[in-house]
Amino acid sequence: MKIGVFALQGAFAEHVRMLHDLGAEAFEIHSLSDWEKEKDGIILPGGESTTQVKLLHDLGIFEPLKNEIRNGLPVFGTCAGMILLAQNTTNDDREHLATMGISVRRNAYGRQLGSFHTFGTMEGIGEDIPMTFIRAPYIEKVLSPECEVLAKIDGNIVAARQGKQLVTAFHPELDADFRVHEYFLKMCR
Amino acid sequence: MDNERQNLNRQLAQMLKGGVIMDVTTPEQARIAEEAGACAVMALERIPADIRAAGGVSRMSDPKMIRGIQEAVSIPVMAKCRIGHIAEAQILQAIEIDYIDESEVLSPADDIYHIDKTQFQVPFVCGARDLGEALRRIAEGATMIRTKGEPGTGDIVQAVRHMRCMQSEIRRVVAMRDDELFEAAKQLQVPYGLLAFVHANGKLPVVNFAAGGVATPADAALMMQLGAEGVFVGSGIFKSGNPAKRAAAIVKAVTNYTDAHMLAELSEDLGEAMVGINEQEIELLMAERGK
Repeated sequence: MKIGVFALQGAFAEHVRMLHDLGAEAFEIHSLSDWEKEKDGIILPGGESTTQVKLLHDLGIFEPLKNEIRNGLPVFGTCAGMILLAQNTTNDDREHLATMGISVRRNAYGRQLGSFHTFGTMEGIGEDIPMTFIRAPYIEKVLSPECEVLAKIDGNIVAARQGKQLVTAFHPELDADFRVHEYFLKMCR
Repeated sequence: MDNERQNLNRQLAQMLKGGVIMDVTTPEQARIAEEAGACAVMALERIPADIRAAGGVSRMSDPKMIRGIQEAVSIPVMAKCRIGHIAEAQILQAIEIDYIDESEVLSPADDIYHIDKTQFQVPFVCGARDLGEALRRIAEGATMIRTKGEPGTGDIVQAVRHMRCMQSEIRRVVAMRDDELFEAAKQLQVPYGLLAFVHANGKLPVVNFAAGGVATPADAALMMQLGAEGVFVGSGIFKSGNPAKRAAAIVKAVTNYTDAHMLAELSEDLGEAMVGINEQEIELLMAERGK
């Protein structure tokens, strides 16, 4: 199993470490030539979505990435990665990959003082999953019937899956619980 | 600040890694920075080069001006308070700043004590020249460290010196026998627990950025190769000929800091770099503030 982790900006090293601990092979994607390597799935990490989307365009990866996801390449987006995959962002008019039928709100919990840590249940994954929200978004609405809600916190959708696309508004890579990454690796098989 | 808040604040810094944090003085500059791919902006009334030129006492910026920048962009907004100025930090927390830089760029308010940053909910970044300074600031509650460099000069030599010093001290601590750590903690004047973390993990317990004197994509790439996890660019962007282009080039350089072909492309036609002052030509060494 070989997973490409986008390493344009943000917390990519944490995902790579987690995948290694799970026995999967992981490599960083910094450029178009990295992107072209063989892979069974990709991770879009947390960070700033504005920075990441700009770099995806500048490095010529935006279109090929969008096409591969449409063609069924498994993808896991955390926080900023979820924003990149969302079909619609209510408070941002930048062009994103828009491959997943969800509408998200950026910085939905406000500034850093609104960041928090909690535990929640994820459908098909388990209970008491640690969830770290850092200036996080959440899903305001599911737009596609193929999209399944996996977790809610205080009534807001914070995790979802559509086909081979998995998104979380929180950061499983920051906690020591491997279940979400294990779930994603199963999706890549 | 409880442990959970401290973790969340360290984790926000983790999200900034691989990114460029740019000094901006107006909402318009903040938008240019965001468009260019900045992962955060530092809101201040005057950039370090102008602070240096103007002389006199330099203080926290007008909260109204900072608010204007918070409204202009969606990325995190940071702002500076003076070293030891507890009240300025409280004001910045009241306007919900995302990160406070307790900064030697401003005139120090206290020549002995830094702010007890554990008493705040918002995160702090502090400058350091070596491992001792870095761990003392972390003990006081800083959740992110940057090199001091020499702000407002466009001269990278001091940031390089500070980063090399920190990294070589970290390697030295890693190589120590466990029983040598107690004496090392005494000599470095740092808490044993933090030093033990460095010994076990080979890095600081918080994210470490480069700052002070970064003016070109090559400068940014140099600092990343020396072990920085991201870069602050102060005067280097908006004191240059073509800020938008230079800013975007530095952002790309930080992502691809080992790709010399890309760095060559990025360094083309950037217009004039900031003029810069050599370290021998300056009278005020800001890095000497706050040890």
